[in-house]
Amino acid sequence: MTASSPPVGTGPLQKRETRLAWGLLSPTLISVALVIVLPLLAIFWISVKPIELADLRAPAPDVYERLKGNPKAAGDTAVLEYRLKNASQKKPVANVQMSDQLPDGLTIAEIDPRCAVTDKRLTCDFGDWKPGHRERLQMTVVVDQGFISSGATVRDTEAEISGDASSDLFNTEFTIKNFTRVFDGDEFFDVLGVTLFYTVFGTIGALAVGMLAALILNKDFTGQGVLRGLFLFPYVAPVIAVAFTWVTLFDPFSGSANALLLQMGAIDQPINFFGERPLALVMVTVFEIWRYFPLSFLFILARMQSIDSDMYEAAEMDGASPFQKFWYLSVPQLMGILSVLFLLRFIWTFNKFDDIFLLTGGNAGTRTLTVNVYEQAFALSNIGAGSAVAVVIFCCLLLFSVFFFKFMSREEGL
Amino acid sequence: MSALRYGFIIAPVLGLLWSVTMATTVAVSLAFATGLAVTPGMLTAGLSGAAAGLIMIRMFGRLNPKLIVGCLGALLIIAQAGLRAGEPFGIPLDQSILSQILAVVIWAVVTIWPLSLMLDGIEWGGLDRHSFEHAIIRFLTAFGYVFFIVIVAIPFYVMVMTSLKSQQALLANALDFSIDFHKGWGLFRSYSELFGQFNFGRYLGVSFFVSVMTVFITLLFSIPGAYAIARLRFEGRAMLSRSILLIYMVPMIVLALPIYIGFSMAGLRNSLFGILLIYPVTTIPVALYMLQGYFRGLPGEVEEAGLMDGLSRLAVIWKITLPLSLPALASVSLYVFMIAWNEFLLAFMLLDDPSKFTLTRGVAMLNSSEIPRQHLMAGAVIATVPIMVLFLGLERFMTKGLTAGSVKG
Repeated sequence: MTASSPPVGTGPLQKRETRLAWGLLSPTLISVALVIVLPLLAIFWISVKPIELADLRAPAPDVYERLKGNPKAAGDTAVLEYRLKNASQKKPVANVQMSDQLPDGLTIAEIDPRCAVTDKRLTCDFGDWKPGHRERLQMTVVVDQGFISSGATVRDTEAEISGDASSDLFNTEFTIKNFTRVFDGDEFFDVLGVTLFYTVFGTIGALAVGMLAALILNKDFTGQGVLRGLFLFPYVAPVIAVAFTWVTLFDPFSGSANALLLQMGAIDQPINFFGERPLALVMVTVFEIWRYFPLSFLFILARMQSIDSDMYEAAEMDGASPFQKFWYLSVPQLMGILSVLFLLRFIWTFNKFDDIFLLTGGNAGTRTLTVNVYEQAFALSNIGAGSAVAVVIFCCLLLFSVFFFKFMSREEGL
Repeated sequence: MSALRYGFIIAPVLGLLWSVTMATTVAVSLAFATGLAVTPGMLTAGLSGAAAGLIMIRMFGRLNPKLIVGCLGALLIIAQAGLRAGEPFGIPLDQSILSQILAVVIWAVVTIWPLSLMLDGIEWGGLDRHSFEHAIIRFLTAFGYVFFIVIVAIPFYVMVMTSLKSQQALLANALDFSIDFHKGWGLFRSYSELFGQFNFGRYLGVSFFVSVMTVFITLLFSIPGAYAIARLRFEGRAMLSRSILLIYMVPMIVLALPIYIGFSMAGLRNSLFGILLIYPVTTIPVALYMLQGYFRGLPGEVEEAGLMDGLSRLAVIWKITLPLSLPALASVSLYVFMIAWNEFLLAFMLLDDPSKFTLTRGVAMLNSSEIPRQHLMAGAVIATVPIMVLFLGLERFMTKGLTAGSVKG
C-alpha cells in the first residue's frame, strides 16, 4: 500500500469552481469593460488627437433631388435634378456612389456619362470629391401617361448616396497641442488651485460638520430617528433640486438670504453670492459641506454607537471630564473611520462635477478640473483639450487610489 | 479656560448667547411665516438673556425652580417689549398682533426653559471642571440642534414655498413665505402647468421606468458576481474585489466624454436604451461590493447543506442565499434607485429630445430666464418628493444601504 498524500495542483472540483466563478462574474466584467474601461482607453486616444466637436460628424456626401418643369401630358419633358455636395468643408470624400429608383413612367432622355440605368434603377459613380464640392446633376426626362395619372413624384424613393471618408477620430494624426494648451499659462494653476481649495476644505468641512452632528445625536431619545432622517435630506435629495434651491435662495435680486441680511441690517447692498470672485468659491464649498455632511455623519454615528460604553464608565469613575472623554477616548476610536472617510471623500469631492456646474457653471473663479473638462469639450467645442483635462484627472485619481489602497489595506484589512 | 470657570461668568454668557440664538431663530421664523419686516433686537435679547442667566443661578436652590422659570419667562417678555418701546420685533405691534405676541411668548419659552436645563447644577461661585463642561456641552448640543435643523430645513422649506408663490409675490417680498389660502387650488398653478404644458407626468414616468430598470439590471448582474466573490475560491479573487472599488472611484465626467462621442456615432444618443446601457454599469460595482459583504456574513453551512442535498450552485443561490439576503437586497435596490433617480450628468449630456427626458433633465430644462422661478422650484419639488417618500418610508434600509455603499462599514 502506498502512503496517501494530499492532492497536488488544482483538482477537477477546484477547476469547476473557478469556471463557475468566472461564469458568474462574466456579465459584470464584460459590461464594465465596455462602459468603463473602453471609454477610459478612448479618452487617452482622443486626448492626443486634434479634434473638435464639429469633427465628430464624419464628412459625408449629401444629395437633394427634384423634378424641374411641369409635365402635364404624356411625352412632355422635364429636368431631373440632383443637387450634390460634400457636407464637409475640410475633408475629401472618396468613391462617391449614388443610386435611385426612378418612378414608373419616367424615362431618361439624355443620361450623364457617369450614370447608367438598369431596370429603372439609376446608378452613378462620381469618383472623388474635394472638400466643399458642389454640383448639380441635370438630366432631361420624358414622362408618359402612367406617371401623370399615378401622381408619383421623384422623391417617393430617396436617392442613396455613399462615399468613403475617414473620421478624424480614427486617423493617425496625433498632436500634443491639447496638453500644451491645457497646461498653458496661469489658467491651469488657477484651476488646480480652485480644485484643491474646493476638495480640501469641502472634505474637511463635511467631516467636521458630520462629526458635530453625530456628537449631538449620539444619545437615545424619542425623535432621534426622525432627526437622523431629516439630517440625511441634503444627501438624498436630487442634486439638481437642491442646487437650484440654493441658487434661488442666494439670488442677488430676489433671493431670501439677501432680503434677510438687508432687513437685519447686516449688509447695505445685496451680495451676489454665486457671482463674485472669492465668495463664489467659498459658497460652492459650503454647498459641498452642506450636501455631504450627512454621509460622514452617518458613518461616524454608526462607529460611535459601536464603541463600548464600559470604557466611558471607567473614565467617569476616574474623574475624566466630558471633553477629556471625547478627546482621549472617542477621538482615537474614531480615527480609523475618519481617515477612511477623509480619503474617500477627498477622491469624490475631487471628482465632483454636477454641484459646481449647476451652481455657477464654473464661472466666478469656481472652475475645477472636472468642470474644465466640460468647459473645454463643450463650451469651447474642443473635444481633444477636454480629453486632455480628463487624462490629467485620471492620473491624479490613480495617484490617490494607490495611496488609498495602501492605507485601506492596513486600516480595514481589505 | 479656568478664568471662566465661575457661575457668575458662565451663566450670563450662556444666557446671552442662547437668547440671541433664539431671538434670531424666532424672528426669522416669524418673517418667513408672515412676511413681516421684523428685526430680532439682538441687544435687548442678549441683555435680558444674560440677566435671566444670572438671576437663575442666584435663585436656584432658594425657590421652586418651576416658579423661577415661569417668572423669568414673564420678565423676559416684558423686557423685550419694554426695552424696544412696545415693539418686540421692531415693527408696530398692531401689524398681525397675534403672531407677534405668539412669537414673543415662544421666544421667552424656548429661551428660558432650555437655559434652565443648561444651567442646572451651576453655582454662583467657582465651578469644578465637570459641571462647567457639562453646561458648555449642553449649550453646544442645544445650539447644534437648532443649527442643524435650520440649515437642513430652510432650503427645503424655501423650495416648497417658492413653488406655491406667484412671480409678483416673489419679487415684492422675497422673505414672505406665507401661504395665501384665498387662492385655493390656484396655489398649485405651477404644478398644474408643469404637468399640463411641460409634460412632467411623462418625465416622472420615464424616470421611474429608468430607475426601476436600472435596479433590476443591476441586481441581475451583481448578484451572481457578488456571490462568486464572496463564496467561491478562485485565483484573482482578491484583485477583483479591489478593482471593484477602484472602478467606483472613476469620475463620471471622465467617462461621459467618450460615452458622448461613442453614442453620437452609434446613434444611441437621445434614446432611453442608451441611457439604460450606461446607468446599470455605473451602479453594478457598488451593488456588487455591498452584496458581497452581506453574502460573506451569511452562514456557509446552510448553503453547504443545500449542496449536499443535491442542489446545484445556481439553485443554492436562488433558493437559499437570496431569500436569506432580502434585507440586503432591499437596501441595495433603494440605493441604486436613488442613484438612478438623482442622476443628472449623463441625462443632461445624452438626452436632447424633450419627449425622452428623465425628470432631472426636465428640471434642468426649466432653468432658463424665460421660465419663472416658481416653475423651477415646483420641478425641484416634483423630483424630490418621490425619493423622500421612499426614503422616509424605508429609512432603515436606506441608512443601511448608504452606510454599506459608501465605505466598508
